[in-house]
This record gives sequence, structure tokens and C-alpha cells, in this order.
Amino acid sequence: MYTLTTKLKVFAVILMLVGAAFTVIGFLNVPGSEQEVEQMLADHDAHGSSHVDDDHSATSDENVHKETGYVTDNSVDHPEDAHTTTPHEAEDHSGSHAEHVYHQLQNRPWAAIYIAGFFFFMIGLGVLAFYAIQKVAQAGWSPVLFRVMEGISSYILPGGILMFIILLCSGLHLNHLFTWMEAGVDDPSSEAYDAIIAGKTGFLNVPFWLIRAGIFLVGWNIYRWNIRKFGLKQDDAEKGDIKWYKKGFKHSAMFLVFFIVTESIMAWDWIMSFDPHWFSTLFGWYVFASMFVTGITTIALVTIFLKSKGYLEFVNDSHIHDLAKFMFGISIFWTYLWFSQFMLIWYSNIPEEVTYFVTRIEDYNLLFFGMVAINFLFPLLILMNSDFKRVNWFVVTAGLFIVIGHYLDIFVMVSPATVGESWFIGFPEIGAFMFFAGVFLLYVFHTISKAPLLAKGDPYLDESKHFHY
Amino acid sequence: MATQKIHALYNDDDILLRAVKQIREQHYHIEEIFCPFPVHGLEKAMGLADTRLAINAFLYGIVGLAVATVMMNYIMIEDWPQNIGGKPSFSYLENMPAFVPIMFELTVFFAAHLMVITFYLRSRLWPFKEAENPDVRTTDDHFLMEVDAHGEDIESITKFLYDTGAVELVLIDNEDH
Repeated sequence: MYTLTTKLKVFAVILMLVGAAFTVIGFLNVPGSEQEVEQMLADHDAHGSSHVDDDHSATSDENVHKETGYVTDNSVDHPEDAHTTTPHEAEDHSGSHAEHVYHQLQNRPWAAIYIAGFFFFMIGLGVLAFYAIQKVAQAGWSPVLFRVMEGISSYILPGGILMFIILLCSGLHLNHLFTWMEAGVDDPSSEAYDAIIAGKTGFLNVPFWLIRAGIFLVGWNIYRWNIRKFGLKQDDAEKGDIKWYKKGFKHSAMFLVFFIVTESIMAWDWIMSFDPHWFSTLFGWYVFASMFVTGITTIALVTIFLKSKGYLEFVNDSHIHDLAKFMFGISIFWTYLWFSQFMLIWYSNIPEEVTYFVTRIEDYNLLFFGMVAINFLFPLLILMNSDFKRVNWFVVTAGLFIVIGHYLDIFVMVSPATVGESWFIGFPEIGAFMFFAGVFLLYVFHTISKAPLLAKGDPYLDESKHFHY
Repeated sequence: MATQKIHALYNDDDILLRAVKQIREQHYHIEEIFCPFPVHGLEKAMGLADTRLAINAFLYGIVGLAVATVMMNYIMIEDWPQNIGGKPSFSYLENMPAFVPIMFELTVFFAAHLMVITFYLRSRLWPFKEAENPDVRTTDDHFLMEVDAHGEDIESITKFLYDTGAVELVLIDNEDH
């Protein structure tokens, strides 16, 4: 039985406090008005190296129109600005550069919270999906890790609540993260009218969007709640009585069906709708691959941590080896999906699709390609060797790269549509990451300390204990 | 000079594995073991070195990647950089996404095929090769262990092998090959 140490508690609380402080600093640093931004930009230009000048003349003319990247038909109302208008600009049709940057800077701390909140939530969800797959596949190696997985996936309760609050804030117009939520986008008489978004309001409207999010979160949490309960009851069951195991098996199978549908829709709702003019059919899978590999990596990291503290004497090299194989394989699966999405759009180069990548390549060049390198090359080269997969510090190194890489992956999914070229990884981003990391650690290790680390009722437990690869 | 060896036949892989351990403890030299199917852990029990085939495959894969890159860089970028459907052919990097499927496939192709060929060469397998089967039953249901008996006391080694569970023992007098 694991006991939550004060050291870990204090560490997590410090993370949360410092993170919260940084996030507050991020909010305080948002300029108060457009005039301030104008002043700021003017100052910036006045320093005037030629490089800065180039940059800004380019951004003010072109990049403004790439914000959500598309061509919309507002020509009837606004012939002078026929080719693109985003709702952000449309709010005030003077459409000045300063106003645009002002909105981006306002979005920045919100986007930072959203990214970190989603990132940690998706780790919990990815682990839950992995857990359900292990149950349904009747895997013989993993039952010794079930309690670790249950611990990590428990985060979807607090994480889901936080996520829902963040979504609710957007729905209540406390921020401008989602352009399709702006007032008047679906009203032809409004300045902010956007024909394309108006055509999607049957799906993209705040009440339906929140209801969907609620259903998904409740559904996932019910499964998590039940499967944990079944696991604990199976522990207490008489020898030979596997009623609870069978029940868990059936629930897991049903959950996986529910999950694959809801996960897809969740990816459209929570991530893809940041760019409401853009769509991609494999996006749900892409987000899934990201959460799956991060989840498996987290299982490996937590397992190695607990084992190093002497709590998992029944976990051997071969279990770590198997987890590392999963990290390796799913990293490549993620890359495959990333590339499939990128290459198909790059190849056909259809304007309404390709702007998604144009903004990313122009404004996020290093981050965009850098995260592919981190998420692909590092796991590929570090984890290819069979011997290295048994060496804990190799797995931890690769795992840290994967975790950071997938945070950046989510960052590059969300930021271009919300903060655009005004992005930076500073106080709000690091602060939000630390805050959610603190909540995550505290809750996950709290849950792990609640039950014995060996799921002794599982019928595959003996096989798993003697697992040897 | 004549050498002597003993063919010890077993009919169960568990007994075989145990026998291998006992024989190695006695420091008798096992020349070869013939099995009808892979026996898990046999190579560990015999103390054989790990295969390096995977390392080979990795290197072959790098060769394949290099071949694909050099080939397409020469053909598509250097030799005749045409404008094909507006794809940028100014540098390799600019047009790289279009080349990735080929780079990937050639990497796999080289890694797989050259590794298989390496395997054939190292294990000396080819069509029309004369089979080196000491006893036809080893491809069906018997395991045969070839123990070097040269310079050993034939009586005691035979007795020892019989005690390890061998069902049949044959003393072979080899002339020089």
C-alpha cells in the first residue's frame, strides 16, 4: 500500500501555488486597452531595426487575414474587404492591427489555461482507454499495473470538472477563445456575420456544445467509477468467483465503443472548432494518438517512480519493456497520423484547407516542426534498441521528451487560432502547466494511496506477475 | 585423424533443456542440437551469443533511406527540376513531403530484404543446398544433441547422457571431412 508522502504533497502544492501565481501574472500582463497595444506596437516599431519593420508590415497586411485561415464570402456587405474577415476583426470593422493584437494578447492566458487543462485531462483519458483495452484484450502482462492505471485515470474527475469550467467560461463569453461563439456570427445583418460559421451553427452552438461535453465527461467518469469499484470488489471476492471481473470486461467493451465515438466528437468540439473554417477527417484519430501515447508514457513514468520507491516489487523489467514498446509504437503511430494529415493537405494545397498549416509554418515554424522531431525522432532512436527499453533512465528520458513534445503538440493545435503570431511560452503558459501538473500529481497519487497496488483478484494476475519477455 | 562424437536423442523438449544444463555443468562440449521446432530458452541454456541481425537491419535501413534521398534529390531536384503541378522543386526540403512515402518504403525494403539475405548467408541456406540432417526423425518428433566425445571416456559420458534422459545414444566415428 502506497502512502502519500508529505514531500510529494508539498511539491504538488508548491507547483499549484507558483503556477497559479504565474497565471495571475499572465492575466495582469494583458494590456488594458487597444490604445495600450497601439502604443506598445508603436514603441516596438520605433526601436526599428529593419527586421522588426519587415515583420510588422507583413503581419499587419497579410497575417491578419489568416487568423482562422479561410476565405469567406462577406463581399455583399463589405466589398472593400472582400477576401477575408474573421469574427475578431469583424467586431469593429476598422479592423486595425492594434485591435487584432489586443484580442490575441487577451486570449493568451486563457489559451494557456485551456492547453494545460486539456493536456492533463487527456493523459487521464488516454490511460483510461489503455486500461479498457488491456481489460478487453485480456492482456496477460498488465494486471500488475492496473492500480497504477486506475490511479492516473482517476484524474478525469477533477480534470474533467476543471475542463468543463473552462469550456463554460468560453460559453459565457468570458473569453474569446472560440471565434464561432462571437455574437452575431450567424446573423446576416450583423457586422460580424460569417456565412461559413452560420452554416455550421446547427452543430456549433453553445448549448449543444456544452451538453455534448457534459455527456462525454459523465460517460467517461461513470465507466472509470464503475471499473474501479469492480476491481476493488473482485479483490474481496472469494477465490474462483470472477463475477466482478466479467462485469468489468463487459463494461470495458461497451466503454470502448462509447469512447471512440465521443473521443472523435470531443476532438472536433474542443480542439478543431478553434478553427471553425477548417476541417480534417482524421483529426479525432490524431488527437487520440496524442492522448494515448502521452497516457502510456505517464503509466511508465509513474510505474518507474513507484518501483524505485519499492512499492511495486512484482513489476519487473519485462513490464517496463512492454510499456516502452507501446511508447515507441504509438509515437510512430502518432507521427503517421500527423504526417498523413499534413501531407494530404500540403499536396493538394486547397486554399481553405492549407491555411491551417500556412499559419503554423509561418508563425510557429520551430515549434511546429520541432515538436514533430521530439515526438518522432527521440522515441524512435532512444527506444528502438531492445536493451535500452529495459533501462529505466532511458525510458524516463524518452518519456519526458514525449510528454513535453505532446504538450507542444496541443499548444500548436490551439494557439495559432487563439493567440496567432502573438504567442510566447512565458508566465501564463508555464504557470498553467505547473498548476495543472500540481493538481494532477496530488490527485493521482492520492488515488494510488487509496488501494493496494496489487489487484489481487484479477484472474490474470499470476500470469502477469511471472511475465517475462 | 578420427574424431568421435555421440548423438544423443531426446523425445521431449523439457528433458532436452534440463539435459543441456546438466551437460554444460559437466563441461562437455555440445557441438549442435537439432530440433523439429524452436525450443524457448534453448539458446540461453546453450549459452549462444545474441544475434546481431537487428543491428544489421538498422544499418540496411539507413542505407535504404540514403538511396531514396540521393536518388530523388538527383532526379527531381538536380537533374531536371520540372514544375509538376506547381510542386516546389527548388530544393529537396521544400518538396520533401512528396518524397516521404518513397523514403519510407525504400527504408523498409532495404532493411527487410538485406536482412533476410544476410540471414541466408549466415545460416548457409540456399536452393540445392545439401541437407545436413543427421537423423530424419529430428524434423518430426525427436531432438538430437551432438556431443563431442573426442578425448573423453566413452563409458562415463555415455552413462551420463543416458542419465540425462536420452532415449537413444549413437557413437559416431568421423573420418576427416
